[in-house]
Amino acid sequence: MSGLNSGDKKLRNNALTIFSAAALAVCLWLAPTFIDAYKVRIINLIAINAILGLSLNLIYGMGGMFSLGHSGFMAIGAYVSAILIITPDQKQLMWILDPISPWVMNLQAPFLLSLIAAGVAAAFFGVLISIPVLRLGGDYLGIATLGFSEIIRILITNLTPITNGPLGLKGIPPHASLLMSYGCLAVMLLCVTRLMRSNFGNVVRAVRDDEVAAKTMGIDTFRIRVLVFTLGCFGGGVGGALMGNLITTIDPKMFMITQTYSLLMIVVVGGLGSMTGSVVGAILITTMLEWLRFVENPITIGSLNIPGIPGMRMVIFSVLLIAVIIFRREGIMGMREFSWGWLLRDAKKGGAK
Amino acid sequence: MLEIKNLTVWYGGINAVKGIDISINRGEIVTLIGANGAGKSSTIRAIAGLVKGCGGSITYTANNGVSSQLLGKPPEAMVKLGIALSPEGRRILPHLSTEENLLLGAYTLNDRGKISENMEYAYLLFPRLKERRGQKGGTLSGGEQQMLAVARSLMSSPELLMLDEPSLGLAPILVDEVFEIIKTINTEGRTILLVEQNALAALKIAHKAYVLEVGSITIQGNGNDLLANPKVKEAYLGG
Repeated sequence: MSGLNSGDKKLRNNALTIFSAAALAVCLWLAPTFIDAYKVRIINLIAINAILGLSLNLIYGMGGMFSLGHSGFMAIGAYVSAILIITPDQKQLMWILDPISPWVMNLQAPFLLSLIAAGVAAAFFGVLISIPVLRLGGDYLGIATLGFSEIIRILITNLTPITNGPLGLKGIPPHASLLMSYGCLAVMLLCVTRLMRSNFGNVVRAVRDDEVAAKTMGIDTFRIRVLVFTLGCFGGGVGGALMGNLITTIDPKMFMITQTYSLLMIVVVGGLGSMTGSVVGAILITTMLEWLRFVENPITIGSLNIPGIPGMRMVIFSVLLIAVIIFRREGIMGMREFSWGWLLRDAKKGGAK
Repeated sequence: MLEIKNLTVWYGGINAVKGIDISINRGEIVTLIGANGAGKSSTIRAIAGLVKGCGGSITYTANNGVSSQLLGKPPEAMVKLGIALSPEGRRILPHLSTEENLLLGAYTLNDRGKISENMEYAYLLFPRLKERRGQKGGTLSGGEQQMLAVARSLMSSPELLMLDEPSLGLAPILVDEVFEIIKTINTEGRTILLVEQNALAALKIAHKAYVLEVGSITIQGNGNDLLANPKVKEAYLGG
């Protein structure tokens, strides 16, 4: 392997990437016929959570902006996409509290376009909020974005002619198939990787690590921040839209702060600033959240009877999170990224032992 | 080239710079010396646009003859005008390689040819950096980091280069090396504003010097005169 020059290595890495992507695609395509629907759904949720984690990581890990507003941007995306793909007939039946406003009823778009619209709408609000709010730093930014996401949620609850208020939207066509979700994830990974490996990625890191240094090099740090925040919001909107399409029902309660917390958990456990980490974190947290459901059922150990306690898995989760923060603050991946060279080198080392 | 009139800098209620006048001519090395807290860094940061709450005026005339008022402009505008600052404490980006750090220094340039030309010039001035081009900034030694900080500020092709404490924390032999290079950069056509605590080294290479004491200029003159000045000798050169 050491005999390969850099050009050959690049070729090898690209070949490996394409091959494994194709293999994964075939697996995903076959999965619904071999695995039960519940598991398929969880595998799907992993991809969507990875998209959401990645977009939050762009803001928090790479951009260094502590944002607690991600569920707000998800909500915007989910509602925009749902309103665009639900048919006017369905909408007519659904709005019972208040009559639907006519332009919302007639708004229609194909699914893929609705995904892009969801991202654009979230990004638009991202710019709007970031211009006043990104002048704040650290915890203040977190509080301001948290406030923003609550405002969005309350607006959605009360703008009944547009959003159907607290009743939410039901019967969203289930477009988020496994291939669709993983396709979106792949596109997003590709874009973010290329962006962060370019000089622009270094500019973003410079703004995060040392604002004064960045300014003295002539970087307009505020503009870079707004740009990165907006890109993250775009991802949040697309992820929210996919989530709505997977669950087929959305309502304002879905987008409470707890949603942002689980995303934050994915990002922190995976590794702040690592794209690979976000994907690993999404796999881990999503499966754990499902697998830990058993602790909420009644358990019998010998003669000991433990009644089911709802919410118990969240207690266990908090303990796990505290453990991660104490023993491995940088997360599973730290700031490292997956690469074929790294994997093959490690495999060789393992073989030599 | 740079005309500072009655500059004041306030940090909240604290008056760090109390109305100073400095004038820098093209091609000169001008140095500001003084003790900690004298207002040296505040002055240089005011020119770079990094502090708010300045008063007075700073007029900059670029090589193409265009004059502009610097106060109130953001830092990124200064770089575009041709003023670069190598900040105190080096501020190397630890997770980026030497070469990536240098490339960021050329952020305001769009011409790829110019960027690689500047890069070659930087490596020519600091051959050590070329050896370390792939190494992460955080793993460089203190001296190498200082060289990288100076090299990085040269990447934007500045007309006026401002260096804030380039000798801070360097071994004596490296101080000489860095000052030798500063002299070279100057003779190759760049104007330099040097802020230093190491008064002896700074005065040796300076054409003109200002001594700052608690926010005011107390002594000024050319470098050699100040080296011989008994007051300066006693206060800054160890008798």
